[in-house]
Amino acid sequence: MSETPLLEFRGVGIDYVTHRGVVPAVRGVDLTVDAGETLGLAGESGCGKSTLALSVLRLLPATAKVSGQVLLDGADVRELNWGQLRAVRWAGASVVFQGAMHALNPVQRISDQIAEPILIHGGRPAGGVSARVSELLDRVGLPKGRSRAYPHELSGGQRQRVMIAMALACEPRLIIADEPTTALDVMVQAQVLDLLAELVAEARVGLMMISHDLSVLARTCQRLAVMYAGRIVEHGPAAQVVRAPVHPYSAALAGAFPTIGDVASRLAPRGLPGDPPDPADLPSGCPFHPRCPKMRDECTEVDVALRVAGPDRDAACVLVDAPGVSR
Amino acid sequence: MSRIVSDTNRTGRVDDVSQTGKADGVSENSAPATGEELLAARAVSVRYPAGRGVVRAVDGVNLSLRAGEILALVGESGCGKSTLARALLGLQPVNAGQVVFDGRALPSSTRGLRWFRRRAQLILQDPTGALNPRHTVYEAVAEGLRIHRIPGDERELVAKALAHAGLRPPERFMPALPSELSGGQRQRVVIAGALALDPMVLVADEPVASLDASVRGEILALLLGLRGELGLSALVVTHDLGLAWNIADRVAVMYLGRIVEIGDAVDVLTAPRHPYTRALLSVSQAEGERIVLTGEPPDAARIPVGCRFRPRCPVYAAGLPDEVANRCRTTDLPVLGETGVACHAVGAPVQ
Repeated sequence: MSETPLLEFRGVGIDYVTHRGVVPAVRGVDLTVDAGETLGLAGESGCGKSTLALSVLRLLPATAKVSGQVLLDGADVRELNWGQLRAVRWAGASVVFQGAMHALNPVQRISDQIAEPILIHGGRPAGGVSARVSELLDRVGLPKGRSRAYPHELSGGQRQRVMIAMALACEPRLIIADEPTTALDVMVQAQVLDLLAELVAEARVGLMMISHDLSVLARTCQRLAVMYAGRIVEHGPAAQVVRAPVHPYSAALAGAFPTIGDVASRLAPRGLPGDPPDPADLPSGCPFHPRCPKMRDECTEVDVALRVAGPDRDAACVLVDAPGVSR
Repeated sequence: MSRIVSDTNRTGRVDDVSQTGKADGVSENSAPATGEELLAARAVSVRYPAGRGVVRAVDGVNLSLRAGEILALVGESGCGKSTLARALLGLQPVNAGQVVFDGRALPSSTRGLRWFRRRAQLILQDPTGALNPRHTVYEAVAEGLRIHRIPGDERELVAKALAHAGLRPPERFMPALPSELSGGQRQRVVIAGALALDPMVLVADEPVASLDASVRGEILALLLGLRGELGLSALVVTHDLGLAWNIADRVAVMYLGRIVEIGDAVDVLTAPRHPYTRALLSVSQAEGERIVLTGEPPDAARIPVGCRFRPRCPVYAAGLPDEVANRCRTTDLPVLGETGVACHAVGAPVQ
């Protein structure tokens, strides 16, 4: 692999132009994903994580205005023409959406749906399209007998496997998985996450995984970025961010899913008062300050940019004073 | 209030909701003392015809919810946990066994069921789907009061229910439409609608699965608080063991129509005995070795002979003494009662 990251966001801002005015959904994000690496992007609804993900393949609606650079293999996707963009979609990078029931065509057999990206984007695979489809079904652990099934005949986990098979169909180098396991049971979730992890390890694809569940991301990702109100508020090695979060928001997310056996959380669910802010009406200063349990006076005025919070770690919080020192 | 007929054989208990909230100030809503059985399934079976076979969604289950307790019913999709919860609410006819509420079989008369339905409230996973988008918060909460013709000042009752559900000040939320609220606030409106009817039991089916992570803890804290303040019992149906650790007193683990392990939450969650519980726990944690079961639970129309978990059981697959393995293949396990584990291999020597 060259020095160029597979995917790089450079100062990316995304505004939605609505009748209420300009709504900043993403406000200056810098992130990279390398080949063979898994980056977790954590955050709640409305924080801009899905908007950011969709910008990679230019899947945003026309009302979205993107600034900064989204570089796929060093090339800015915003400057691609339609032909180049078509070549990138599915084959260069693909997306696994959440809610496979809605993303799949209900009146088409799954084998045909998996074949579609191959026919359109993947050229002619060696053994023919149907052989490739069987290979993919096998890869994601779906019995061959199910290839002629319609989506409604499959369980939720099987449908999500179909989505992953489609995402793999054209051997992309980057996979973006947007809440790939949110609607699934814990056991099926574990199966799907194992499958994704295997793909990263074997095929050296880059994986950007989006979720609001830090325990899922901690299991699967090397690095983790926590997003709040359109910005990255904490970034670092996944295990460290989950185990010893620096930003109070990351701490709240990590505490939301308790460690079973941890006496402190027994009969004591932890949440955050309030709700994520409306992107159209962000609080002054640090946008997290109205919900922050550690708020100081200056937080209502100063919006802190990401600071170094230790080796390979950053956090956007006034509590981060110096490298390695965090509270 | 005088409409509500209560049985003679019950422990008197002044319900603080009705006492503070209602015009007459006195409630005839008596409930069993904390710790006594309130709502129970006795050998309940629910079957559906499916093609040539019969789906045994709930296959002879005993489960009792005590007054003032939070019981978590956990398991994978399709294990029958939601069907069992619906049967407990009288929303699903049972094919065998019976549902007992407050010492008596669930009434079948319209009037009796109406009384029961007021006392046992269902809270669903998706508050957006549960609320009419064109009804204000006030309308949503007052609807149940009107259906049940609850006497008293409606506005006052709605305000109190909203306040109990954490929507304060209630006046600010009354005119709001669901679209103006966040997901967490919507779920609080749904809970307020249930509380307005002065229930004894809440049955919550995945109450936080569709909510944001930071809001989840707040809603769970609300459920826990309602138990503390109002003495409400709750059956929480979920696949999330962390939720059970957060709020449940007892945990029942369901697999393919049967409860396979049940007991005190701390015991079940920190020292699980059934191989299925152990596997579920291992994949619910951010750390530690995981036991990932392959495949999915079998079709409930074709429940395996012997132990129903055997085809996926890692303990069976790892090898058991012949005598035990033989029982796993041939002998059905007894239906569990108050506590226990339905496994032939538990306690058996490991080979």
